[in-house]
Amino acid sequence: MGLAKRIIPCLDVTDGRVVKGVNFLELRDAGDPVEIAKRYDDQGADELTFLDITASSDNRGLILHIIEEVASQVFIPLTVGGGVREVEDVRRLLNAGADKVSINTSAVLNPQLVADAAGRFGSQCIVVAIDAKQVGDHWEVFTHGGRKPTGLDAVEWARKMTELGAGELLVTSMDRDGTKTGFNLPLNRAISDAVDVPIIASGGVGSLMHLVEGVQEGGADAVLAASIFHYGEFTVRQAKEYMRDHGIEVRL
Amino acid sequence: MIDIAVVDYGMGNLRSVSKALEHVAPDKQVVVTSDPSQIDAAERVVFPGQGAMPDCMRELNMRGLRDAVVRAAASKPFLGICIGLQLLFEHSEEGNAAGLGILPGNVVKFVKAEMHDAVGHKLKVPHMGWNQVYQTMQHAMWQGIPDGERFYYVHSYYVVPDNQEIVAGYSEYPARFTSVVAQDNIFAVQFHPEKSQHAGLQLLSNFARWNGRA
Repeated sequence: MGLAKRIIPCLDVTDGRVVKGVNFLELRDAGDPVEIAKRYDDQGADELTFLDITASSDNRGLILHIIEEVASQVFIPLTVGGGVREVEDVRRLLNAGADKVSINTSAVLNPQLVADAAGRFGSQCIVVAIDAKQVGDHWEVFTHGGRKPTGLDAVEWARKMTELGAGELLVTSMDRDGTKTGFNLPLNRAISDAVDVPIIASGGVGSLMHLVEGVQEGGADAVLAASIFHYGEFTVRQAKEYMRDHGIEVRL
Repeated sequence: MIDIAVVDYGMGNLRSVSKALEHVAPDKQVVVTSDPSQIDAAERVVFPGQGAMPDCMRELNMRGLRDAVVRAAASKPFLGICIGLQLLFEHSEEGNAAGLGILPGNVVKFVKAEMHDAVGHKLKVPHMGWNQVYQTMQHAMWQGIPDGERFYYVHSYYVVPDNQEIVAGYSEYPARFTSVVAQDNIFAVQFHPEKSQHAGLQLLSNFARWNGRA
């Protein structure tokens, strides 16, 4: 036996509450982040990811308090992303109790940020989030929550980010996010084959079989999901048992 | 009297280590410190670390902490975590750096090209996630922890001790590698107990009460 594939519930947080939208729009309230984090920890989540999608700068600091509170009660790895613009933002999140910080839009605007943050804090805590959408015959990187095309090829971009020091990639299919139709498997497979660092597949999980496919066909090292867990459709434990029954090594 | 000193030499996030210790040992005073006299005064010492080993050695030396760490490793219950395990050895491939040389042996990198799982998929580096730890030694630190329990890892280098008798545990990725060593008052682990949920908290709880003997 060896390394387990990870299941990572994702909490989209805005103004101190967990929300979930469809295709990055139409947000619905899903509860208190600390309570939800503790529930997923009890269910056997391997890590937790918090994406701060707070729009107003007034409420930006809320995420730090949430992470501090979660980190004093939940002893599994915590990743935090959203609004990370400079090395100082990374430091603040790590000091609050995050183990990894996810960089998305700012990596596109300023790729040196990834190199600087990895150089200062180590690659192990720098995750680059790639939001990709099918455009013609390839996948293009989008930023600003999926609204802005960048002209960058997602597979090339993945390679470049790992060269600059990203220790892990969070790959979200914008076409699938919130649709419950499954991961974009060819996209995940292409990126997983192109780089040496672990890949987290994200966007589109609607059934437990989708998690299995993400690992077996998409080549993902970890699978991230939100809505199937938030609304009580499945527990994390049910998801892991299902993956185990399909021959995937998980932590139970 | 400081019960547990967590050595702070500016490398990485020590908050999670101290939070986890406070959680399992609310009756103990835990301090995160870069003061050699506090390390000397503490009843037990945790030596964590993240990032690159050459940077860690440089910071230890610059901050004047090296001697205090060596004294602690020779005299009181001492828990090395991640780079805190690797630093105990003589040399690392990472940046061709010298370690503290407290334990004979080296630190080497996973060789990506040679690593595939049972169905032929390539294995990623860093080795990141929950892997099983097999115990190869009876030890007070393993109390309440089943053999083969999973702990959370994130690392690209691992230790190769000269003396196999100090190996207290190993994992497989895909080949067997040493992930835990124990010698006298030293117990050191490659994984992160502070991020390994129940099993990790049990290990830290054991450390808070350990008398420094196997």
